Amino acid sequence: MTEAAAFRVIRARARRKRHPLRRWYRGNERAILSAAGIVSFIAAWQVGSDAGLISKFFFSSPVEVAAAGALEVQKARFWEDVKISASELAIGSLAAVLLAVPLGIAIGWYRRVSLTFDPWLNFFNALPRVALIPLVVLWVGLGFEMKTIIVFFGGFFSIILPTVEGVRTVDRQLLDVARSFRAPERLIFTSLVIPGTLPFIVSGIRLAVGRVLAGVIIAEFYAQTAGLGVMIARSEASLQSDRMLFGVLIFTMLGIVLTEAVGIAERYLQRWRPSLDLEEAA
Amino acid sequence: MRSGHLALSARGVQMQYRDRGTGKTLLAIENVDLDVPDGAFVSLLGPSGCGKSTFLKIVNGLLPATSGEIKLHRVAKGREDAMVFQDAALFPWYSVLDNVAYGLVCAGVTRGEARRRAAPFIELVGLKGFDDKYPYQLSGGMQQRANLARALAVDSAILLMDEPFAALDAQTRELMQAELLRIWNAAKKTVLFVTHQIDEAVYLSDRVVVMAARPGKVIADIEIDLPRPRPLSVKRTPEFAVYEERIWRLIAGEYEQARAAPDAAS
Repeated sequence: MTEAAAFRVIRARARRKRHPLRRWYRGNERAILSAAGIVSFIAAWQVGSDAGLISKFFFSSPVEVAAAGALEVQKARFWEDVKISASELAIGSLAAVLLAVPLGIAIGWYRRVSLTFDPWLNFFNALPRVALIPLVVLWVGLGFEMKTIIVFFGGFFSIILPTVEGVRTVDRQLLDVARSFRAPERLIFTSLVIPGTLPFIVSGIRLAVGRVLAGVIIAEFYAQTAGLGVMIARSEASLQSDRMLFGVLIFTMLGIVLTEAVGIAERYLQRWRPSLDLEEAA
Repeated sequence: MRSGHLALSARGVQMQYRDRGTGKTLLAIENVDLDVPDGAFVSLLGPSGCGKSTFLKIVNGLLPATSGEIKLHRVAKGREDAMVFQDAALFPWYSVLDNVAYGLVCAGVTRGEARRRAAPFIELVGLKGFDDKYPYQLSGGMQQRANLARALAVDSAILLMDEPFAALDAQTRELMQAELLRIWNAAKKTVLFVTHQIDEAVYLSDRVVVMAARPGKVIADIEIDLPRPRPLSVKRTPEFAVYEERIWRLIAGEYEQARAAPDAAS
């Protein structure tokens, strides 16, 4: 063995100047790849159903769904359904947040409140909420109220449990700081408990988006009175898979809008957190 | 600076815990007497488990002692005492300015007025221009500066410091020690400083109170007669080394004793 062979040499590498197109791609990689994924899925669906590989009866095709949608948005009944479903969602979810957050904070903070409510929380969390639908129908009938209550149940427990957990894990050292400076009780809540619990509340609300959507659909299926769920169910009865899929698409959009709204609120409320940017990390 | 009276006077302070597992009573602090004259810089030095941080929390009112008495000299305005915490313990959702103003807000000062009064202390600790930054945007040393400014802002008679530089790297720690002396000199505070580092205690203090562990008790009270102002180079002088050696021998001797009589130590 020669002297030189005893070393593994690691050389510096000059950054090569990349082609502008390649740089544009690197800069927008996420948008380009996700768009490509969606476009190719839709294209495969369309081509497959045109070629007869995919049954139009069961799965329709993108063009037919679009056509059904174009027809649907001209009907007053459709907008009425959207309005009803959106109102049930909005009122039920808002009530869930407004009740779950303060109650969750009280349960997490005050030991006696916690001891009193814990069994109930566990009971209702274990209970499959859809099983309550017939009971709620008995109370308030098949209308708007019943569906809103089901939405509320779906959201409330998804939010209250993480909220309680968040309050219980509030930073003990910061609590020492607050007590050391003789912070009044109200200030301990506004300066420490609420901001410290906020990430938990937000993740609860994130979880709740899925639950409230499922709640509104199931309740509308059950009641068969009004709303987008009814439109989907009726389309099934008349074997219109294109119209059904359009209804599903509208629900999905409602879900996306809600998730995005939560995301925007989260970024605004948590400016004090170091941002974990995927692009930056890569 | 020194008006002759005592800023803090502790007599027979004792702290007992009941161990939940064994049901036995543990003595964390045994019969501590301590006098801190107004304007002095006094360190409590000892190994971990000697109850020095616990003593500080008792003075601050975070923990009640099981017996004994502590007198803090009452001041006309402001608080008697304010704590500088071990890990900077800043509120991550507050800007530097709001963190420094926190103690004032707790005292009932309006947020605007608290911010106005906090601003000069941000400058004093060398954080000028960082008012609007969030804690995660600061280095460990800068976070400790904000932690110190928060305690200074409430204008207390005595400053309680709980190993504030323990988590910093060695170079930043030395720098912060020198900074602390500069700020102490400017703010004219009484300081009770808890540490486990001999050189830190000797460099900063007028007096070093040495504690032993299990149970925590005072074993020596040493006057540090080094001229002020003290540049960091003081640490390289023979006089400094003599103090370090003396304290080290005390602590090592206590450790040997504890090893020789394990029953007494447990």
